[in-house]
Amino acid sequence: MKIRDTFRRSVIVLVAVLWVTVQSQAQDTPLISGGIGFLTATKGGNTSYFPTAQPLIAFPLGSNLLVEGRAALLEDFSPEGNGQADYSHFHYVALSYLQLDYIATAHATVVGGEFLTPFGTYNERLTPIWISNFEDAPLILSLGNGTGSSVGGMVRGSALSNSRYSIDYAAYYSAASSNQNFSSHNGWGGRASVYLPAKRLEVGTSYTRATEDKHVNDFGLHVWWEPSNSPFKLRSEFAHGAHAQGYWLESDYRLSRFGGDTTLLGRLEPVFRWQQTFRSSPSSQDGLPSANTQRADFGMDYHLPHELRINTSYSRQLSSSGNSNIWETGIIYRFLTPTWRGK
Amino acid sequence: MNHLRLIAIALLLLAALRLRSQDSRSSTPAPDGDRSHKTIQPGESHQSDGERKFAHHCGRCHNSPEGFSPHISGTIVRHMRVRASLSKQDEQDILRFLNP
Repeated sequence: MKIRDTFRRSVIVLVAVLWVTVQSQAQDTPLISGGIGFLTATKGGNTSYFPTAQPLIAFPLGSNLLVEGRAALLEDFSPEGNGQADYSHFHYVALSYLQLDYIATAHATVVGGEFLTPFGTYNERLTPIWISNFEDAPLILSLGNGTGSSVGGMVRGSALSNSRYSIDYAAYYSAASSNQNFSSHNGWGGRASVYLPAKRLEVGTSYTRATEDKHVNDFGLHVWWEPSNSPFKLRSEFAHGAHAQGYWLESDYRLSRFGGDTTLLGRLEPVFRWQQTFRSSPSSQDGLPSANTQRADFGMDYHLPHELRINTSYSRQLSSSGNSNIWETGIIYRFLTPTWRGK
Repeated sequence: MNHLRLIAIALLLLAALRLRSQDSRSSTPAPDGDRSHKTIQPGESHQSDGERKFAHHCGRCHNSPEGFSPHISGTIVRHMRVRASLSKQDEQDILRFLNP
């Protein structure tokens, strides 16, 4: 009886989804996007290999709803160490987010489910492998973001937008969840940004208050500058937590002014990132290095035709707990396709 | 280490100023063609509202895709409306640019 009820409910939901989908406009066909990559990292003479995929699905329902989600699949082949030639292997599969968006008004979208925590810029904007310039995320990423995602509700949107400036915001509440696929901590927070189109300058601030065990506040600030008429980009973030703080500053310049961005040289993109973290008191929770750390990342990305990209980088990390050199390379393919042929 | 940090930041700022002055003198227009299969050039002039907003809001984080089916242009823009906190007007302008 119970199985029959479940089956009946599933059929009703399926029919409803199909009906709404059929009613949707031709340009609103659900899509699958994301990136597939083969990444390597060499540290201390040991090279690890990471085949990975990050598929994303976006599924519009009617004119105001969108279901979207992204998963991360990673295989890790790393040397056993201790002079052994063998490699250990493990795999990792997780949902990065799975959310339902309801476009409520011209200025507000209500989001429910598991969503990327809106603290700073990197977590929401630059974590997809087909976007990020470096394999490694900044050292301060976990400040304010925790595990990267929250489970609960969020309101976000554009508060004001005109030709001179735009202001956007996000405010969220996250429940504590120990579910394997939807883990999150209890807390709330948000972000607000101002963007000046003429200067192509964005300045924003973020705040998170964790309320699970101890009440802890994290604060963030970001500045992005991407001057018009130039492929130059400067992105930066600062984050302050209860036990540590730090910043990163990244610049890149696609050499597209040498004959356009499809020439041999124009496909090249030198990238540089500078990061520092400062430890004020010991903590094993915040995810930052245990000692003050400086790190310089020098990257060279090459944009091949057909959405292929090769990323290479050398990083020098300096810390009282030990210095290290990290060499990373990766080839990444970006895809974007309808789930089925639209009307 | 402080010296290295100062040199790195100074070089970065110098490079930014140098490149900015060079690029304001030499912007390259993008080739014409199917808009849904066009890569947006940062130096484009005479941009429509949608094209300009696409560069500002979507191009701020990532390169434009080399091409995609017009059947998913509405889904892409709705996804971007949430992800990039677009206003309704921005969403409509970008959709018109992607799928005129």
